[in-house]
Parts: sequence; C-alpha cells; structure tokens
Amino acid sequence: QLFFSFFKTLVGKEVIIELKNDLSICGTLHSVDQYLNMKLLDISVTDQDRFPHMLSVKNCFIRGSVVRYVHLPSEHVDTQLLQDATRKEIASNKK
Amino acid sequence: MADEKETPIVLGTTVEEPLDLIRLSLDERVYVKMRNDREIRGRLHAFDQHLNMVLAQAEETVTRVEMDEESFEQVYRQTKRTIPMVFVRGDCVILVSPPMRGS
Repeated sequence: QLFFSFFKTLVGKEVIIELKNDLSICGTLHSVDQYLNMKLLDISVTDQDRFPHMLSVKNCFIRGSVVRYVHLPSEHVDTQLLQDATRKEIASNKK
Repeated sequence: MADEKETPIVLGTTVEEPLDLIRLSLDERVYVKMRNDREIRGRLHAFDQHLNMVLAQAEETVTRVEMDEESFEQVYRQTKRTIPMVFVRGDCVILVSPPMRGS
C-alpha cells in the first residue's frame, strides 16, 4: 500500500523502468495499481536501442513482477514523508 | 487475553522482528545484496514488508565473471553506476545491512 500511494504521487512524471531482462524503458507514468503494474506513455528505450522490439510502441503496460528498478526524479520525492510513511506502514503491519 | 484498547499505532523503539532492524537504518546508508550478483549501497528512505525500497544516492555494483580466451582464467569484472533516486523491487533483494566499508 505504501508504494502504491507513493507511485500515485509520481503519475505524470517521467521515470525509467529497468526490467529484470535488462531492458530500460523511459516514459511518463500514466497509472499504477496495487501490484505496482504500471502504464507508461510516450516511451523510448534508453540505454541502447539494442532492443529494437519496441520501435513502434508508444505506450505500454508493464507487469509489476518484471520490474527490477524504477529510476525516480529526486526533485519529486519527499524523503521525509517517505520515512514517516514507512514507520507507520511497518507499525501497522505488525499488529 | 483481555480485550484492551491499546494506543492506535505504537512507533516504539522496541526491536522485535527483522523488519524493525531495517527500520533502524532509515535515513542511513545501507548495503543491499541482490540476486544476479548485484549490490547496491544507498540512503534508505522507504521500505515495506516485501523489501521494496527507495534508495537515494545509490551506487549499484554488478559483478561478472569473464573468461579470458588465452589464459583460460576467470576474471571478476565489476561495473558500477550511480542512480540519484531509485525504487528497488523487493523480490530481487537478498539482504539489507549497514554498509560494510572494507577499511
């Protein structure tokens, strides 16, 4: 729930999703769900266009389980808020 | 057990479960060992019970074993890169620890 809410605050921002198969996709976060599945708009394959599979693809849906990292814009991340929310999340998962 | 209303959320400093140990490292630098011979060091800002995490000023190290064609030795190569702010999915995480600086 914590990260679901967190990603909702990043809708509309540009992120890079690095998948477990080493593909990196840059795009604007359109939506996210409880499984952290994500939809990206106007994507471009970063790193190398070593992966030409997606040349004609503009938008994509990414299953949460295939994500390794999401590179985030640090200016849009409130670290204090994240830490406080984490403490609450851990506490509420314990009871 | 008596039915008691306890204070809603106790953000105590009692360490009970492993996740509490990680909670102690919030806003501190941590070392994360991951699958596929990867490691990340960074400042821990958030995590959950799946060990999904948000790290700032993160440095990822990927270790690869390359085989030298001529000498037939196995050489360890490490690639590092820095990421200012990153979300790490918990299913890749093996362990989280305070940073183990060599010297």
